[in-house]
Formats: sequence, C-alpha cells, structure tokens
Amino acid sequence: MKDSKEGKESLFQKVSSTQIWRSIFRTGGIPTTRRQRMMGVLNNVFLHLHPVRLPKHAVKVKYTWCMGGLSFFVFLILTITGILLMFYYRPTVEHAYMDMIDLGEQVPLGIMREIHRWGAHLMVITVWLHMFRVFLTGSYKPPREFNWAVGVILLTLTLLLSFTGYLLPWDQLAIWAITVGANMGRASPFLGYEGPGAALMQIGDVKLVHPGADASFILKAGRFVGEATLLRFYVLHCIGLPFIIMIFMAVHFWRVRKDGGISGPT
Amino acid sequence: MEIIKSFINYISRPTVLFTVVLATFFFVFPPNNWFMKVNRKLRIYKIWSNKGGIVIFSVLLAFFLFGGLTDHNFQLIIFKPDNVPIIGLIFGVTFFLWLGMKQALENDERIANNEPVDEYYDPEDKVLVWPDLIYVEFIALILCSVFLTIWGIVLKAPLEEPANLADSPNPSKAPWYFLGLQEMLVYYDPWLAGVVFPTLIIVGLMAIPYIDLNPKGSGYYSYAERKAEISIFMFGWLGMWVILIIIGTFLRGPNWNFFGPFQYWDSHLLPALTNVNLSEYVWVKWLEQGLPKNIIKREIFGFLLIGGYFAFLPPILTLTIFKKYFEKLGTARYSVFLVLVLSLAALPAKMYLRWLFNLKYLVAIPEYFFNI
Ligand code: HEM
Repeated sequence: MKDSKEGKESLFQKVSSTQIWRSIFRTGGIPTTRRQRMMGVLNNVFLHLHPVRLPKHAVKVKYTWCMGGLSFFVFLILTITGILLMFYYRPTVEHAYMDMIDLGEQVPLGIMREIHRWGAHLMVITVWLHMFRVFLTGSYKPPREFNWAVGVILLTLTLLLSFTGYLLPWDQLAIWAITVGANMGRASPFLGYEGPGAALMQIGDVKLVHPGADASFILKAGRFVGEATLLRFYVLHCIGLPFIIMIFMAVHFWRVRKDGGISGPT
Repeated sequence: MEIIKSFINYISRPTVLFTVVLATFFFVFPPNNWFMKVNRKLRIYKIWSNKGGIVIFSVLLAFFLFGGLTDHNFQLIIFKPDNVPIIGLIFGVTFFLWLGMKQALENDERIANNEPVDEYYDPEDKVLVWPDLIYVEFIALILCSVFLTIWGIVLKAPLEEPANLADSPNPSKAPWYFLGLQEMLVYYDPWLAGVVFPTLIIVGLMAIPYIDLNPKGSGYYSYAERKAEISIFMFGWLGMWVILIIIGTFLRGPNWNFFGPFQYWDSHLLPALTNVNLSEYVWVKWLEQGLPKNIIKREIFGFLLIGGYFAFLPPILTLTIFKKYFEKLGTARYSVFLVLVLSLAALPAKMYLRWLFNLKYLVAIPEYFFNI
C-alpha cells in the first residue's frame, strides 16, 4: 500500500502475507502494479469472467447501461432470497398461504419475500432494457448473432421463472393470474383441446388431445389450477428453470468473451 | 380540472391512443429518408436533446403527480403494489430511450462530419478491468442492493384472500409482463394471441441478426445508418408491446372494459356485444340470405381476404417500398422478413377492423376452434 509508512507494515499487509491468505488469494495483497492487477483478474475464478483489459468505451455506463451485469446480479439476489424463502415455504394447498403470512410476520428480517418479489419484477425490466441496449448499439450483428438468440432464450426463461413464481403465494391474485395464463394452453393449435386442429389428433377412434391430455393439462397437472399445479410450478420455479437458465447464462457469458468481448466500433 | 381529466380519459382510449401513435410514430422514428426529412424540418429530433429530455420527464412526472395527488381512481390503479413496477418501467424505458437516442443522434452528426464515433478509442489505449470496470460494477451492485432493500421495506408484497377457485375476481389479470398478450385477446382468439403470436415474437426476435444484413452501426449508437431496422423494432416494442401492457394493466377494468385513468371501475358496465363476423356481414347483411351450411362456402370471403393479405400484399410491397430489401436480402431472408412484418401489422389491422366495423372474426369456424 502506498500510504503505509516506510518500514511499518499496515495490518492489511500483515494479514495478506499470511500463509492462509496467500493460499486463498493467489495474487496476494492489494494489487498496485499493472502486472499484479492483471494477475488479480486472471487468478480469480469470478473475476476471470472478465477480460484483463478493455477498450475505454466498454467500461462506460452510458454505453452498456450496466444492464446485462445488473440482470445477472439481480438473478443472484433472487437465488439467495429464494433459498431463504424455501426454508419456510411449503408448496401445499394446506400450508402455502399461511406460510406467506408467517414469512412477513414471524420470520426475522421479514422482507425477504418483498425483495424476492420486487427483484423478480426488476429482473424482467433490466433484461428488457439490456435487450434494448444491445439492439440500439447494433451489438447483435456478426459475430454476435448467436449470442443474441441465446439472449432471447434467457428473456423467455426469465419470464417463465417469474410466471411460475407468481402462483406460489396461493392467493386469489396467484391462482387467477396463472389460470388466465395456463388456459391459453387449451387453445394451442393441435396440442390444446380447444385449439384448431385438435380434432385431427386422433388415431382411429382414440382422441389424443382432450381435456385430460393437452398442453394446458400438462402445464397445470390437472384440469384446474390445484395442488398438483402448485407442486409442479414449485419444482420448476426452484429447480427446473433456474437450472436451465444457469446453463444458458454460462453459454451467454462465455460467448460474450469468445465473440471478441464487448462490442465496439471497428 | 375535470376537463383535463376527461380529456386525458378520452385520449387514453385504445382507438384514440393507437391512432395518435400510428399517425406520429414514423415521424418520431423515421424509417426512411422522406420521414427523416420531415422529422428534421419539424425539428422533432429535438426531443432527444437535453432540453427535450427534461421536457418529456417533466410531463411524465407532472402527469403522475397530478393524477396521484388529485384523483382517487388514479391512485387505486397506480398504488396497487404489483402495478408499481410498471410505473418504474414507464420511467425507465423513457429514460433509456432518451439516453440511447441522444447518443445515436450525436454519433450521426459525427459520422456526417467524418469524425469517429464517440465510442471510438485508439485500440492500443486500453484500460485494466481491475480497477476500472470492477469499481463501476461494485458501485452498480451497491446501488442496486440499496434500491431493492428500500423498495422491499417501503412497499409490502401483495397478498390477497386465500385462493378460491369458486370465486373468480373480475377482472382476472395475468402477471403484467403477459398483459400485452391478454390485451391481444380482445382482438384475436387465444390460439393466436396466446400461442401463435408469442411464438412469432420469440422466433422473430431471434431472427433479427440473421435478417438484418446492414454491416453498419455495429458496436456504437447510431440512427441514420440503420433507420428502418430501428424504426420497425421500436414500433413492435414500444408502439405495440409496451403500450398494450400499459393499457392492459392500467386501463382495463371489470369485464375487460376500457376505463380511462381517472374513471371509476364500474363492474356493472357490460361489454356491448355488437361484434359481427365477416360471413354474417356478407351473407346476411349484403346478400340478404342465410349463412350457407357448407363451412368453406360460408367462410370463403374471410379466407380470400386473409389469403390476399399474405399473397397479394407481398408482391405489391416487393415492387414498391420494400424493393431495396428484396434485392439486398435475397429470397429466403426476405420471405421471413415479410412474414414477420405482415404478422406484426396484422395486429393493428384487426384492431381497426374491430373499431371501424365491429368486426369479430374474419374467418369464424367455431366448430373447429378456428377463428381469425
Ligand atoms: C438473464 C438475462 C441476461 C443476462 C444475465 C445477460 C447478461 C449479459 C452480460 C453481463 C453481458 C455483457 C455486456 C453488458 O453488460 O451489456 C451481455 C451481453 C450481451 N447480451 Fe445479454 N444477458 C441477458 C439477456 C439477454 C437478452 C434478452 C439479449 C437479447 C435478446 C441479450 C443479448 C446480448 C448480446 C448480443 C450481448 C453482447 C453485447 C455486446 O457485445 O455489446 N442478452 N449479456
């Protein structure tokens, strides 16, 4: 450290020269030289998602609006608060609603539900704005076409995550919003029993698509939004969709680097 | 006061709102040189300057303050907890739209003067991620966390009555980000509004980089170099999607009736069921006969009209305004482009058919759930 007096080591310098510290942080103390700073990024599994050096425009907020990074950060917040919520929430018709009330009234730091819910809204907004920024800077153009497509999948998954989570409070708002959404599945062409072409999905006299077997039924695990739907949405929301979105995020970040880093002129 | 309110109620009607948007949109986001010229002449581009930004922002703020402070009905909609994010969205989209367009126009000027764009730096002159990027990220993370924490403390997450399948609320609304789709249900049946259009939106978004062959404007903000692309995207995103969400969230009340921002949500108001199918128009009203028994014969005019939309419009467009694109894109890309553009235009088309003629379906075959 520059300001530590000659001959006298600061506390941080002492700590950062211990064997324990050096075993955890491969580059040692606060990096001051150019080389140390570069190694600091390269030698850290989280930081090394970044390149070591960037063109100047790429670190300006007015270029990226920070929206991709914030989308990811909000996703992390959602993961952490989501895990905390899972400690208390039981996805059954009997308990779900009461657990919601308890989350606000009995649990210490009872704003996890709020942060999780508003975070979910926020993530939808930041992902949209990120897409908007990428469009405006023309950053989907070659060689980044595929990463744009991956981004569209991420957007869809973000919406699905939000949608599946909407049911879990098991209040009027929840079941009716999901009912409206899931009922659209009934009208899927060929795959919904009220959809055009459903009558064609027939082998001999056996109907393949009917109220007990169609897109909407698969979504709801029943004819109505009920206990089975709650379980299905819970599993998708807490495990299925996060698992898939993380895979696509990994691809997305990896491609940002492989496509030549953040886009820029020339 | 009441006059201002009833004026705002009036212009928020989908009919008026969309007509205003349609009439002005392409002057604000000009897709070609002609519109660009008008835009220049009327100095519309000034809204993307600092002054313009302040004006837009003040108008928005004034609107919400005025409504929020003086009107009970307005308060009921905007303070509904799940609607709060949409107000954030309105301000956010406006701000970033302004920020992006401002930079784009500034760069356009630089390009016109043969100067390098703002984003351009000497490629040799790079900065280190540590600390230059890390600290920006760090500040962003802290601000974001603080923002969310305060939001979480100030605004309770909503929890209504326990779920009850026997008691459906009126209106029943999907989560806000799907309200654009629910709003489309007014004009199209669920198989289109809920399944086909969303699929087309996803596929269409993914197709953008493969259709847009313009090599310019990659990696920096610009408008003049990619007018048509930006204009079409903005039309779909702002002109349709965002506006439909706003209408669906704030302006649709019981029985999915329209209510202006300052109107009371009267649940006794029943929707007027005066919509008529094309087949009834032609066979019953004009030809003064009964509807034919044969389904194909009954719906033949609808099929012809839709067939014509997708069969005759393409060659006409190809020979006129889209000529340039056809030559540039080649058959395959151009066909995909046309299908997407025509599908996008199908939404306002049906809206106007509904508003002008009370048209319900162009093709109505409820026997097979095939209504368009
Ligand atoms: C969960 C959602 C998403 C996350 C976490 C995410 C994250 C990121 C991050 C961190 C970057 C680096 C640059 C920046 O911050 O702007 C980036 C770049 C990019 N993203 Fe996303 N993204 C998401 C969704 C999307 C969507 C919806 C699209 C487009 C439809 C998209 C397309 C792109 C493209 C093309 C780039 C490269 C941009 C450039 O080089 O300038 N992403 N993304």
